[in-house]
Amino acid sequence: MTSPDPNRPPGATPVCETVDLVRRFGRRRAVNGVQLTIRAGECLALFGPNGAGKTTLLRLLAGLLRPTSGEVRLLGRPLRGGAVADRGRVGLISHQSMLYDVLTVRENIVFAARLHGLADVDGATDATLARLGLEGRALSPVRALSRGWQQRVSIARAIVHGPSLVLLDEPYTGLDVAGARALTALLLALREDGAALALVTHAVDEGLALATHAAVMLDGTIRRIAPTADVDAQLFAEEYRAMAMESVA
Amino acid sequence: MNQPRTASTLSVALLIARKDLAIEYRTRSAFFASLVFSLLGVSIFYMVWDPTAVRPIDIAPGVLWTIFAFAGLLGLHRAFGLELQTRAMDGLLMAPVAREAIFLGKALSNLVYVTSVLAITIPAVVLFYNLEFGSGLLILGGIGVLAAIGLVSVGTLFSSMTVHTRFAELLLPMLALPFFIPVVVPAAQASAKLLVGGALSTVLPWIQLLVAFDIMFGVACVLVFPFTIED
Repeated sequence: MTSPDPNRPPGATPVCETVDLVRRFGRRRAVNGVQLTIRAGECLALFGPNGAGKTTLLRLLAGLLRPTSGEVRLLGRPLRGGAVADRGRVGLISHQSMLYDVLTVRENIVFAARLHGLADVDGATDATLARLGLEGRALSPVRALSRGWQQRVSIARAIVHGPSLVLLDEPYTGLDVAGARALTALLLALREDGAALALVTHAVDEGLALATHAAVMLDGTIRRIAPTADVDAQLFAEEYRAMAMESVA
Repeated sequence: MNQPRTASTLSVALLIARKDLAIEYRTRSAFFASLVFSLLGVSIFYMVWDPTAVRPIDIAPGVLWTIFAFAGLLGLHRAFGLELQTRAMDGLLMAPVAREAIFLGKALSNLVYVTSVLAITIPAVVLFYNLEFGSGLLILGGIGVLAAIGLVSVGTLFSSMTVHTRFAELLLPMLALPFFIPVVVPAAQASAKLLVGGALSTVLPWIQLLVAFDIMFGVACVLVFPFTIED
């Protein structure tokens, strides 16, 4: 179990909080007593080996999984069982694109915008397409795009409604160097806009470059959490690898 | 300001149905599969039929509604199947919309698909068996829509329940077919009465039964659906 970071400025709004979060699958505890606070403008990078419980934690934060015990709070209110409108304050970029590959890029984004009840669907769609450099491909079917471009569309779908919390599960997978740089720039811009980010990744360098806080998750628990300002990247990477090896052993 | 607001259940249902129909229109996978199945089914029943032993008005209603039930099943799996290919279902579940709206949207697109298949299967049966419905054809169309509502309600619910399972395409018929019986029987009985030139008063009790099942299944499925998609 980890405690909220005492070094954070007290004024920043907690966007997402978890209280003793536990999720079991059968007898296995995939997430075991996780306690986190992510505030507006912060980015938590979550590292851990496969099977550590990172994706389960992200799906709990997205409200897609029900906690066995404990609670996820979004802007101070319980996410599950709370108001329907609160569900729309989260954006998820998952392993999979969550797109309809027969539809065009624009149709996918318009669909997401309408689903979230945006008043100016066309305005929000155009702005999001421009932000991700997708204007030139707006009329292409998603299935005609490369993995990197599909990832951009997937991000556009997740942020078109201006979520307060953006969850990213391995967003750098399949991206080339330019794509990874563009993604980092976009996520930094989202942070500056006041969104809270939770990022699951194996890419230690990219994760640390983006995050305000870094955490290592093993066997469903958060073993270490620290502000990235206090972390030596090389030392952290070595420590993380050692923990991961120990966990596998 | 582009502040999000919770969209109404009806507008979300229409949005989802329109999206599903656009996908089906571009791929035409389920529609053509069901259509070919229907026409082949009608042809096979026709070829094995002995007109000297059984009158067409005795066999045609059974053929029509049996094919209708099985052809409908072919495409119903697609309703939630297409949401799972890239986990687009997560996007629907995270949206600030009522779960019931997702069901209604899926059911609405399925209804369009099933009635489209039926719109071609009915004339095919009429032609193959040389039936004379006359003005009863319109009533038969109405019975078809009522039967489609019942079939689609149950089929959409079971599609959502079975889509995550390994044997989804096998499980869906096994679960749904028993629930199709209360829909198919009144539809077959009503169309048989129409074929023998029965007055509307003889058909009406079967139509009323069909409406009753539609309401019962429709309401029950809308209420149960949120529990089938929640973790």
